[in-house]
Amino acid sequence: MDAVYQMFLKNGFVLSFLVVGVIMLVTQFISQKILRNKIPGVALAIALGLILASFGGKTGIADIPLFSGMALLGGSMLRDFAIVSTAYGASMVEIKKAGWVGVISLFVGVFFNFIVGVAFAILFGYSNPGDIATLASGTCTFIVGPITGNAVGASSEIITLSIAAGVVKVLIVSVATPLFKRLIGIESKTSAMVFGGVMGTVSGVSAALASINPKLVPYGALTATFYTGIAAILCPSVFYPILKWILMA
Amino acid sequence: MKIYGVAILAACYFAGLIIGELLGSLFGVKGNLGGVGFAMLFFILLTDWMNKKNKITDEYAAGISFWTSLYIPIVIAMASIQNVNAAINSGAVALVSGTVATVLSFVLIRFLISLLKQEGE
Repeated sequence: MDAVYQMFLKNGFVLSFLVVGVIMLVTQFISQKILRNKIPGVALAIALGLILASFGGKTGIADIPLFSGMALLGGSMLRDFAIVSTAYGASMVEIKKAGWVGVISLFVGVFFNFIVGVAFAILFGYSNPGDIATLASGTCTFIVGPITGNAVGASSEIITLSIAAGVVKVLIVSVATPLFKRLIGIESKTSAMVFGGVMGTVSGVSAALASINPKLVPYGALTATFYTGIAAILCPSVFYPILKWILMA
Repeated sequence: MKIYGVAILAACYFAGLIIGELLGSLFGVKGNLGGVGFAMLFFILLTDWMNKKNKITDEYAAGISFWTSLYIPIVIAMASIQNVNAAINSGAVALVSGTVATVLSFVLIRFLISLLKQEGE
């Protein structure tokens, strides 16, 4: 028995293909036969992935040694590599068509999310500009929380909170967007770019678009990655000094 | 050779990440600034140019589309390695600001998309 366990343990990456395959098989079955395609199978699979993650800790299910291979398959290296591959056949014409709206949605999105983050940080009693900026950066997207946090010297508790705010966003975007796609109006490639530009979270946006229509993934992922880049510049180097100046005045 | 397609993909991936790293050090930010986005742009431009010159064979494309087809499984694996417990238990401020920001962003997206439609008409 132990020998079998050791074998799975040694081949964690290969096991992760099997695990994801089984997750998809089960959720496709539920989606088609039980829910009659009301909720896309991919959305269910992502939701099931999130439920599985709750059995672990910091790195979700990958905290359990048997499933450590999931950390490689779902890690940022393969995710980013696969995201770039989706750009094959994407049309430059479509991207240019979204040009100005795309750029505007990027800046509006980063600014807007930061402001909401600031408002709630103050509402919850935080008064240190560094703490507020860190929490607000996490609200933009979870990658930027620690970037601002390290830049302003925030405590690790605040940084963890800021990451948590970003992960909450990933959860809601992944699960809710496919359900409300008509209401929000995500149909075309251009609207996918606006969606990625305002929402920002690469993980959430790409997961949501994968369940709505995989063809839209490259367009949303493109603006979402630029959102992360712009937020990483603006939050610590522009928004934080302004915020500090306003709060000190 | 399928590997050529994958190698082109990898080359664009690194070209983009290098730009992202350069931008990061330029702005004094620890981290890669938009590297993946630049990689996507390079990849679109390069493959588009190669397609026009008939340099991309079906084999190349098959190598690339294998990775594209792995995208959804990767996203599912990604969901399973999130720190879900921390997100739910870490404190009301994270939960509330994350939720409200997301819901308001949906409203903003809806507004921008409707602007876009008017523009198109």
